[in-house]
Amino acid sequence: MATYSDPPAESFKLSQLINDTRYRSYTFQVIALIGIMLLLGYLISNLINNLQAAGLNISYQFLGEPAGYDINQRLIEYSSQSTHFTAAIVGVLNTLLVAVLGCAMATVIGVVVGVLRLSRNWLIRTLMSVYVEIFRNVPVLIWILIIMAVFTAVLPQPRDFRGANATASMVGDMFAFTGRGFYAPMPYFETGFAQGAAGWVVVLAVLVGSWLAARALGRWAARTQEATGQRPTTWYITAALWLVPLAVVLYVQGLAWEYPALKGFNFQGGIFARASLIALWFALSIYTAAFIAENVRAGILAISKGQTEAAASLGLRPNRIMNLVVLPQALRVIIPPLISQYLNLTKNSSLAIAVGYMDITGTLGGITLNQTGRAIECVLLLMLFYLTISLAISAVMNVYNNAVKLKER
Amino acid sequence: MKKTVFLGALTVAGLAAGAAAAATLDDVKARGKLNCGVTTGLVGFAAPDANGNWDGFDVGVCRAIAAAVLGDAAAVEFVPTTGKTRFTALASGEIDVLARNTTWTFSRDVDLKFDFLGVNYYDGQGFMVPKSLGVSSAKELDGATVCIQTGTTTELNLADFFRANNISYEPVPIETNAEAQPLYLEGACDVYTTDASGLAATRAAFENPQDHVVLPEIISKEPLGPLVRHGDNDWGDIVRWTLNALIAAEELGVTSANVDEMAGGTNNPEINRLLGTEGTLGEMLGLDKDWARRAIKSVGNYGELFERNIGENTPIGLSRGLNAQWTNGGLLYSPPFR
Amino acid sequence: MSKSDLSFVRTEMLPEQAPPVTEQGVVKWLRENLFAGPINTVMTLISLVVIYKILAGITPWLANGVWTTSSLAECREVLQGQTGGCFSVLTERWNQLLFGFKYPVEEYWRPTLAFVLLMVAITPVLFQELPRLFVATAAVIATLVVVELLAGAAGLAVPTVVIGGLGYWALARFGAAQRGGSIAVSRKLLLLTGLFPFVGYWLIWGGTVLAPVLALAGVLAGYMAFRRFEAASFAMGLLGAVVAAFAVWYLGGFLTAAAEGVLALPEVPSRDMGGFMLNMMLGTVCVSLSLPIGIVLALGRQSDMPIIKWICVVFIEFIRGVPLITLLFVANVVLAYFLPPGTNFDLILRVIIMITMFSSAYIAEVIRGGLAALPAGQYEAADSLGLDYAQSMRLIILPQALKISIPGIVNVAVGLFKDTTLVSVISMFDLVGMIRGPILASTEWNGVYWELWGFAVVLFFVVCYGISQYSQWLERQLQRDHR
Repeated sequence: MATYSDPPAESFKLSQLINDTRYRSYTFQVIALIGIMLLLGYLISNLINNLQAAGLNISYQFLGEPAGYDINQRLIEYSSQSTHFTAAIVGVLNTLLVAVLGCAMATVIGVVVGVLRLSRNWLIRTLMSVYVEIFRNVPVLIWILIIMAVFTAVLPQPRDFRGANATASMVGDMFAFTGRGFYAPMPYFETGFAQGAAGWVVVLAVLVGSWLAARALGRWAARTQEATGQRPTTWYITAALWLVPLAVVLYVQGLAWEYPALKGFNFQGGIFARASLIALWFALSIYTAAFIAENVRAGILAISKGQTEAAASLGLRPNRIMNLVVLPQALRVIIPPLISQYLNLTKNSSLAIAVGYMDITGTLGGITLNQTGRAIECVLLLMLFYLTISLAISAVMNVYNNAVKLKER
Repeated sequence: MKKTVFLGALTVAGLAAGAAAAATLDDVKARGKLNCGVTTGLVGFAAPDANGNWDGFDVGVCRAIAAAVLGDAAAVEFVPTTGKTRFTALASGEIDVLARNTTWTFSRDVDLKFDFLGVNYYDGQGFMVPKSLGVSSAKELDGATVCIQTGTTTELNLADFFRANNISYEPVPIETNAEAQPLYLEGACDVYTTDASGLAATRAAFENPQDHVVLPEIISKEPLGPLVRHGDNDWGDIVRWTLNALIAAEELGVTSANVDEMAGGTNNPEINRLLGTEGTLGEMLGLDKDWARRAIKSVGNYGELFERNIGENTPIGLSRGLNAQWTNGGLLYSPPFR
Repeated sequence: MSKSDLSFVRTEMLPEQAPPVTEQGVVKWLRENLFAGPINTVMTLISLVVIYKILAGITPWLANGVWTTSSLAECREVLQGQTGGCFSVLTERWNQLLFGFKYPVEEYWRPTLAFVLLMVAITPVLFQELPRLFVATAAVIATLVVVELLAGAAGLAVPTVVIGGLGYWALARFGAAQRGGSIAVSRKLLLLTGLFPFVGYWLIWGGTVLAPVLALAGVLAGYMAFRRFEAASFAMGLLGAVVAAFAVWYLGGFLTAAAEGVLALPEVPSRDMGGFMLNMMLGTVCVSLSLPIGIVLALGRQSDMPIIKWICVVFIEFIRGVPLITLLFVANVVLAYFLPPGTNFDLILRVIIMITMFSSAYIAEVIRGGLAALPAGQYEAADSLGLDYAQSMRLIILPQALKISIPGIVNVAVGLFKDTTLVSVISMFDLVGMIRGPILASTEWNGVYWELWGFAVVLFFVVCYGISQYSQWLERQLQRDHR
């Protein structure tokens, strides 16, 4: 008869810490932890010593003090008497502005180029490959500086518009393309009940209303189609739904245009896009677009030909095949790298400093850092800002990936 | 257990730190080279020539210090710094002295913990415009686009000036003087503003300097001088008195040409004390008795340094103005060598 | 064969008719590729116009280029109002563009030689088999470079290598290389690669030859200690290697301090480095340093030990979340506060540390992808053989994972090389920094934008496009094995 008993309790030997796989991982982790703690402790103690020796401290009080410098492009109220914190916010908004503009333009160019790279037209295909290879293989900083050089050296400066024998002139008295930036007419409301920003809110509200109405109309048309098999013709009603209310509100508000005109040193009035903004925006867009084009092309190529053929055998027309079969599947492949390109573009926008665009690196990481000498605090805040943005974008990407994941059953 | 390890690490690091923080003078002597922070390039003040040798007014101060401390005016390592990096470079010990046209201000002296050791150039902020604009006063600059170097006091002065006069402007921030030049020349900005001496130096480097004018307004006081870290007073004394030796030498008529002859002994006891033939001033500084003689011999006295690099006979063509000796109605006034 | 009497039977075949003109040769190709349908025709015409405009703009600029004047004003005089490039800025500032403005002129041969040696050292790593044509081209280029160095025209050596490389690429492209057969690379050549870091360091920075020899001795001692203790366990081997290496370095430190002048090249401080040389240096050093770190980080992130995993995750995500420029700011203005007082790290070293951290995080992610792509069977097979972690990684997993990740790693390397231009923002004088600072601001060359930027574009394009072509070639080579 066999008896069962517990195996004899082994006494713990020190060598087990290295040789026994059950304990070894703890040994390594403790060593790693101690190593990291030692390293951090060493760095922090150095920091404390250095700061003490120099009589400095870490403090964020400077954020509440007047900044003392002016910023040329500001999306919110700011003057040299505003605080460093406000200056940082101005910088954040400028970063976001160029990032959003850049992402939009890069996507448009990238998708067009990506599709054209698959074109049957040999010339177009080759041209697009040349574009992609040239822009991908040269640093974005050089592109930014080159476009800035176009502004500085090629485009006419305001002084060239001046005088009797001016060498440059405005386009149709409405647009001025100068080395300092582009000027365009600005719409504003002359007589309306809501002036300034409020006026635009009203217009936006009307547009939202039109959109809701157009959607309701579309639903009604779909219901009718399902019930009767005939889709009522609605395009002229949709057009009217969009245009009429808009026209009415613009008329009531008294839409007028403010044209830029040369006064004193610069053009005054109108919408002004600074050279630094445009240089940064264009350069980031065309550089990132080259990468996006490759992603788009790879995404479309990744869809097997069988899908297209299957759709065709079901009797779908070519553009329906693209919209209903190929694109939804290609997007699954395209969008994750696309989002990481957006992230790259946002991070690359920190090169603004090379052309004097006042983004967060220019205000907080540039002038504020210089004027206050608070290098550690400023760089920390700067990193924190970019880290927040990239974590937010990765979170969005994860949500998307989960949403479009192939549901395997 | 983790806590003790952490504390242990702190202690070890602290000890190491205590041992390493030696006097700057000893560091410099041990290294055999003086690390001197200068601008990235401003003709006349500090700029590398075609062979990479640094030359200029601020460079002269560095060379004088090196000559006084190490006995060799060439034993200087020039570290180019921008408006952004200069203070960290000094605070972290990367450079021993910052001789870059840096304005002596309250907050830099007190809050950033530096010691300014005197003034080697009394300056003020000015404006340069193309002659063709027809502007004769800075008050006419309403709406102008202005190029400024960021991280400098000029940026703050500019904001104050336009605010005080209630006129508007468009700032174009630029990192270095080199980048500002093409922008200004191509007309991307109407006005370039920096210290008046810097404007003169920049203008001198233009192809057609006569097409540009410096406006008469000087909107700020910009005393420029060398600075060192707070706390090492012995080192500070050396830099301060080397600068004073150059200034006093001019006042006393000691030049690089006659310094050897005068070191043989003169009737003027102050000259004798300066050049080490009498007294022990050098030893008090922790140097030898010939320190000032070497400094003057290698770069000349203040006046020679000025005339050679930025004076009226150079392309930069600055007049002495405020920077004349007090005996000539200027502000230069060295405390006595006694 | 009998001759038929029947007159209606055709006795010989009709000759084949040529296909219609529109369905053959050039016309067919044009029809199918350029003028298929109205939209395509319009697009083709538009492209032709665009190409014509670009060519019409560039051709006179290139053709009338002036190469020999010493300033922009002189150049304009020569051109007399015609369109033409002032390429003389390139010839006059050639050395500055390549080496920066402070590297001693009489030492130019050193970085040039280091560059050529780098090419030699990197070849056995890049190519398992060398096409004969490659060997022949390399021999010709090497001879030319030696001649140029002897003639004192060090600045010419780099274009020789670049042009030679382009020539080889063009020849190989047209199939000549395939017919020529190939030579297997001897593994002994890899020893050259191992030696290069030490030789390269000595050549570029100068100083006594003892320092790199000592560093090499330390590495050798470490390797021998590793072999000695490896039997006990991998960790012991590693520990032994580190101890042995440091012992040699520490002891040798006294030796080099005593004998500073032995076979010494004049020392060049690293702040005197500049121009394209700086970009090359940063790129090469940082990529090669970040590879091992990236592998360790990737393994750490895959590890099932939570603490180690989280340390790696936090490091990687932090680095990938911030732009390189903020890390350079850290190197420039903050890092000094974290080092013991009095340590005088020069800027280039601080920048190398930060860029290496940056690229190792990206490489870690690429390698993690490679590790994840391996089928689980490989891990299980390694375990079932009784291999421990270090052995299974070294012998089974990493060789396969790295092979998969090579294209990704090359992409990171290209990206990193492009990013080395960012150092110009923190006032280092790399190629971009040289152009923006000393050259464009000089009185002679104020306003010469296109020639300089065009040069920078060409230089970066040649290097980066070359690397990415290599990566695609390698991808094809590797693919063959999996069929």
